[in-house]
Amino acid sequence: MEKEQFYYDNKIVRNFLYASIAFGVIGMLVGLIVAFMYLFPSMTDGISWLSYGRLRPLHTNAVIFAFVGNSIFAGVYYSLQRLLKTRMYSNFLTQLNFWGWQIIILGAAITLPLGYTTSKEYAELEWPFDIAIALIWVAFGINMIGTIIKRRERHIYVAIWFYLATFIAVALLHIFNSLEIPVSAFKSYSVYAGVQDALVQWWYGHNAVAFFLTTPILGLMYYFVPKAANRPVYSYRLSIIHFWSLIFIYIWAGPHHLLYTSLPDWAQNLGVVFSIMLIAPSWGGMINGLLTLRGAWDKVRTDPVLKFYVVAITGYGMSTFEGPMLSLKNVNAIAHYTDWIVAHVHVGTLAWNGFMAFGMVYWLIPRMTKTKLYSIGLANFHFWIGTLGIILYTLPMYVAGFTQASMWKQFNPDGSLVYGNFLETVTEIMPMYWMRAIGGTLYFTGLLVLVYNVIRTVMAGSPVEDELAEAPALVKISNKQLKGEAWHSWLERRPVQFTILTTIAVAIGGVVQIVPMLVVKSNIPTISSVKPYTPLELQGRDLYIREGCNNCHSQMIRPFRSEVKRYGEYSKSGEFVYDHPFLWGSKRTGPDLHRVGQKYNDNWHFNHMWDPQSTSSGSIMPGYKWLFDNEAMDHQYIEKKMQVMVTLGVPYSEEDIANARKNMEAQSAQIEKNLNNDPDFVKSYEASKKAAVARGEEFVAMKDREIVALIAYLQRLGTDIKVKKVE
Amino acid sequence: MLKFVKHNMETIVGIEIYPIISLVLFFVIFIAFLVYAMTYSKDKIKELSQLPFKD
Repeated sequence: MEKEQFYYDNKIVRNFLYASIAFGVIGMLVGLIVAFMYLFPSMTDGISWLSYGRLRPLHTNAVIFAFVGNSIFAGVYYSLQRLLKTRMYSNFLTQLNFWGWQIIILGAAITLPLGYTTSKEYAELEWPFDIAIALIWVAFGINMIGTIIKRRERHIYVAIWFYLATFIAVALLHIFNSLEIPVSAFKSYSVYAGVQDALVQWWYGHNAVAFFLTTPILGLMYYFVPKAANRPVYSYRLSIIHFWSLIFIYIWAGPHHLLYTSLPDWAQNLGVVFSIMLIAPSWGGMINGLLTLRGAWDKVRTDPVLKFYVVAITGYGMSTFEGPMLSLKNVNAIAHYTDWIVAHVHVGTLAWNGFMAFGMVYWLIPRMTKTKLYSIGLANFHFWIGTLGIILYTLPMYVAGFTQASMWKQFNPDGSLVYGNFLETVTEIMPMYWMRAIGGTLYFTGLLVLVYNVIRTVMAGSPVEDELAEAPALVKISNKQLKGEAWHSWLERRPVQFTILTTIAVAIGGVVQIVPMLVVKSNIPTISSVKPYTPLELQGRDLYIREGCNNCHSQMIRPFRSEVKRYGEYSKSGEFVYDHPFLWGSKRTGPDLHRVGQKYNDNWHFNHMWDPQSTSSGSIMPGYKWLFDNEAMDHQYIEKKMQVMVTLGVPYSEEDIANARKNMEAQSAQIEKNLNNDPDFVKSYEASKKAAVARGEEFVAMKDREIVALIAYLQRLGTDIKVKKVE
Repeated sequence: MLKFVKHNMETIVGIEIYPIISLVLFFVIFIAFLVYAMTYSKDKIKELSQLPFKD
């Protein structure tokens, strides 16, 4: 048969690999800085764009979308071409995919520290980026499907199924969670509010872990582990079951977790059986990966690539076991809001995602530069220091999580909390935060060793070039099922049908989840005393979002005796109906804030935001001094903001909007008046007035500065249904 | 966290149909693909698992 010649695009693989490594260094460095901020809260004191609340989203976005994202693209572009015996479908789309993705990342690296954020976890980027992400993602999808169509290999290997499912599901998740109405170039409000916003956000959050951090990596596992071990996957049959069950589990698990109690008995029983059965596919995948090394375990002793893979797959097994455990009510009651969750996600990211990426780098770079890895010894060193880093990171965080949970819930015999002051539960786990920072440093050191090793390898090798390959063209055979051909063999050579079926499968599952979320709004009981935020409070709320307060503070008091005792009346769904977006948070590094309104006076908040340690000794919260700058707060969009809220169903009247500025003026003047109750404030205020005059600056009254708007919001929190004490 | 807001969903009329649809869908497809994977011939499976080595 006549063979056709073509070139594999290796340069794009190289580009994505370099981008992955470079952004891995940046993303993990930011992570490390953030970890050290627990120990030295004032280390970037006064620098707004280096504050914890703004850097933490930068860290998560950089490692997920830039480090892991680029490594996924590198692996997909390498394996897809070779599994299908063809070059990528379109060089233009390939380049668009690469440059578009990097520009989005750069945009994120600039806008997140500047405080442009939606506050929704792992979806913090503002609306222009959401649109760009959708476009680039579609370009990637078209390029991939086009490549599959022009392939020279009849059958589509299981890895590619995982890539296809990733493309479809991520597109669906991203679009639904990013529905928002713009106010200005970098500010928008989520179309969903409160409970509904939380449901959609965590439907996204949960599935993003599944379809961005799991399914594509599994595809890579099914290609690169056999390649590195030089033996086929342990069971191809198991991989098929793994694929279909996995993409459906997530779809089924959503409504299952959300609507469990409304199921009839037979379905509940079936559900329980399935919940247990469903550990099998994940573990089936893990076992499939590990057993691929059967008979090759001697190689694991010497080959660093296989070492990385073994720990990565083990990490996958551990976190997919832990995940279902965490979804159990009684376990969740302990783990939620604590550092246990931080430990859980870092087993997944450091071990599973990170080590899969590192193994791929060590395998690909020498092959593409046609040379040997510069130093096997250094790669082994990276492996060991990285593994030690993971252990030192996660174990202390598990201990911290249990410590927090147990301290939060302990009662004295007289019914009071043993640790009534939240700070006691923070200072107790400081040693754990130290160990975590050390573990992170070790892991990061390993990455730097990789960078050195890669640079030396590339310098010694030949430049990466597109690789000549040849394969016979596919003989055209009937689109219909051939005689004697099994149905699955037919389906697997019909990529478009296959994609459509997968899409339908994922879409039905998506619809089944989304519909209840879309209609839930009308089922949230309205509370007559819950009113929309005043204009000043709305502005303050946007500052809360800009500064990323929700990274450390929840606004959701659970109906537990320990929480009601500590924070006040538990949160009701009806209280959040005007919250676009919701700000429940997912971690309590500091206390819950849902009932903080009116708990302290305005001066307390004023002093606390300037220097948290002055009001709360031992606090690890940083100061927010830039909110006090001698600058007037930017109120230019307030009417527009309120109008957008009206289109989303918040009942502001036209009069409210017309009087917004007058209203803000009155409320902020009252707060400034309250602040004057403190003689210390009066003294320093007068001093700063004189200082401004001496400098020749125009003096901005305190009431016009950002801090006052933030105080207005904080003092409003949870007060709508607050039970007033009878004197 | 979400478990404290689920009661809002339970009051939606006919809500139980959604998890049932997804459960039945998942169950049927899971079984179908179990059968699908099991009915592959041994030779075919072997051929497919060799695909990464043909480049």
